[in-house]
Amino acid sequence: MPMREGIYGLIAEFDTPTELVQAAKAAYASGYRRMDCYTPYPLEEAAEAIGFDEPTEKGVARICLLGGLIGGCAMFSLESWVSIWAYPLNIAGRPLFSWPAFIVPAYEWTILFAGLSAAYGMLALNRLPAPYHPVFNAPNFRDGATTDKFFLCLEAADPKFSVSESRAFLESFRPVSVVEVDH
Amino acid sequence: MATNDVSPQDPVTNPGKNWMIDPKTGELRVLAPGQTFRSVTEKIARIVLTSQTPLGWLFGFVMAGGLIAMLLTAVAWLFLKGTGIWAITMPVAWGFAIVNFVWWIGIGHAGTLISAILLLFKQGWRNSINRFAEAMTLFAVVCAGMFPIIHTGRPWLAIYWLFPYPNTMNVWPQFRSPLMWDVFAVSTYATISVVFWYIGLIPDLGTMRDQAKSKFAKYIYGQMSLGWRGSARHWMRYESASLLLAGLATPLVLSVHTVISFDFAVAVLPGWHTTIFPPYFVAGAIYSGFAMVLTLAIPIRKFYGLEDIITMRHLDNMAKVMLATGSIVAYGYGMEVVMAWYSASRWEYFMFWNRMFGPMGWAYWVLIACNIVTPLTTLWSRKLRQNIAYLFAISLIVNTGMWFERFVIVVTSLYRDFLPSSWGTYRATRWDYMTYVGTLGLFTFLFFLFIRLLPMIPMSEIRMMLPQAKVKHEAELQTEAGD
Repeated sequence: MPMREGIYGLIAEFDTPTELVQAAKAAYASGYRRMDCYTPYPLEEAAEAIGFDEPTEKGVARICLLGGLIGGCAMFSLESWVSIWAYPLNIAGRPLFSWPAFIVPAYEWTILFAGLSAAYGMLALNRLPAPYHPVFNAPNFRDGATTDKFFLCLEAADPKFSVSESRAFLESFRPVSVVEVDH
Repeated sequence: MATNDVSPQDPVTNPGKNWMIDPKTGELRVLAPGQTFRSVTEKIARIVLTSQTPLGWLFGFVMAGGLIAMLLTAVAWLFLKGTGIWAITMPVAWGFAIVNFVWWIGIGHAGTLISAILLLFKQGWRNSINRFAEAMTLFAVVCAGMFPIIHTGRPWLAIYWLFPYPNTMNVWPQFRSPLMWDVFAVSTYATISVVFWYIGLIPDLGTMRDQAKSKFAKYIYGQMSLGWRGSARHWMRYESASLLLAGLATPLVLSVHTVISFDFAVAVLPGWHTTIFPPYFVAGAIYSGFAMVLTLAIPIRKFYGLEDIITMRHLDNMAKVMLATGSIVAYGYGMEVVMAWYSASRWEYFMFWNRMFGPMGWAYWVLIACNIVTPLTTLWSRKLRQNIAYLFAISLIVNTGMWFERFVIVVTSLYRDFLPSSWGTYRATRWDYMTYVGTLGLFTFLFFLFIRLLPMIPMSEIRMMLPQAKVKHEAELQTEAGD
């Protein structure tokens, strides 16, 4: 992998969700876009503050719907094909295409495929698994982000980013610390 | 709400016995007050990350391992000799295997109810018990799934009529049979339960990775957490995936026991051929499942000192759910009898008379005593619902009763059929008992592994419930500054 120049970004640590959301809102308002919040539990306000809105994005929901449709259609078609063409059986004189009986497995496969698509779709959209990520290089990140601290990372890829100005900007919110994150 | 007789007390000035009561609502608190993000995290993670394995755990684990050895013996002998070693023969061709299958899978349903249906209903209290109830689901499904598989006698030869795949004989399964529907219902249920459970675990595995001290634990939890880092964008997609999975698991769990009841209800047999079966099977499943959650939760919270997180409120609520589902089950029993009389069918009528007063009538009265009389007369009392020893006893009684319910449905509908010359009886063999008790061991073994290796309470969801987790709005901040 080619070495990347410079740093990944600046990460500020906060003690409370309220401070994090205030800082994130202010950063978004002053024009930062490439940034992310890291919280130990789902915090809707943090996502809204950085301009991310899952209900409008609907990525996971779309993938889930698509998966469900594929699963249901696939099973119903398989059942029909097996029962009509591949292996026709006369069960007490019922029609070969006895579709009401086929609904149950098709229903189960709708749920199976929709559920798997929701789970894998979520992972794919989140680019997980990702065993390595630069934010893990921040020394205070590992102990806090998954336990009791709230982080705001301004990324260096943002056009508005400059190490000194962004640091001053973050420090104006009185965080516990502001740390440079290496690639 | 029945909260009149409770006198709210301030936990700080008067830390009496009512400190678990919320002074604002007068109800029991879901979580004990005064906990921080770090304290709940460490409390839950420490159970797993400690290098000191409790002796009690080790003892239970070894005992359960012994039962697994018994299960393996019984299954090995079954594979050698065939299903003839069980008591099944004509007229009772379905015996313990089906009874245990339905019993186990019913137990599993409470886990899905807690993780999915209560999530959709925004029942915050479910968070404390959700993870291990779901683990219970998985292990119950493992035990349940074993029975139909070993009932085939030679499972490795049974694949072609269970799953549709192009085999060399060009034979395909028969999709009009409820037994075939069962294959899809149960396999989907097992898969979705695993996925839902694992997705729920990912953020907590991230916490475990960061809390672990040993390099090995860090590596294993790190790999399992898929590199979770708690990004706000990730959380939002994660939340919508969880909601979608809950929304999918809800109709799924209702369909699974419905399909299982079809195994019986679609047959034209007195005692089985009835339309009440699907709703009454689902209610019975949830009833027995909540009993099993109580059976597990009561000793665990005591053993690991988790009374602050799995509180009386949880036990009380679970007892209430049992009361509600138990009443539906009671209605089902009543309706069965009424329909047998109202149908004016001699066969239905005789079957019910035989079920109640025939040679195996005792089993019916055991089930009535365990499922209806004992719990449904006493659980109305709040005092008894909050008496831990009583709840534990009731949970065991209901589990016994629900096992007998399936026994009664399967055996007493079969052993005296239309033609008296073909009447028989059913007496389980030692292999039947060994297999059944062996699965209890397997279930316990898996559960012990789970509580030792994975966080049994969802830490991120508990953090979310703490009062300090809420973002304060500007108006609130200004009042605070004014103080």
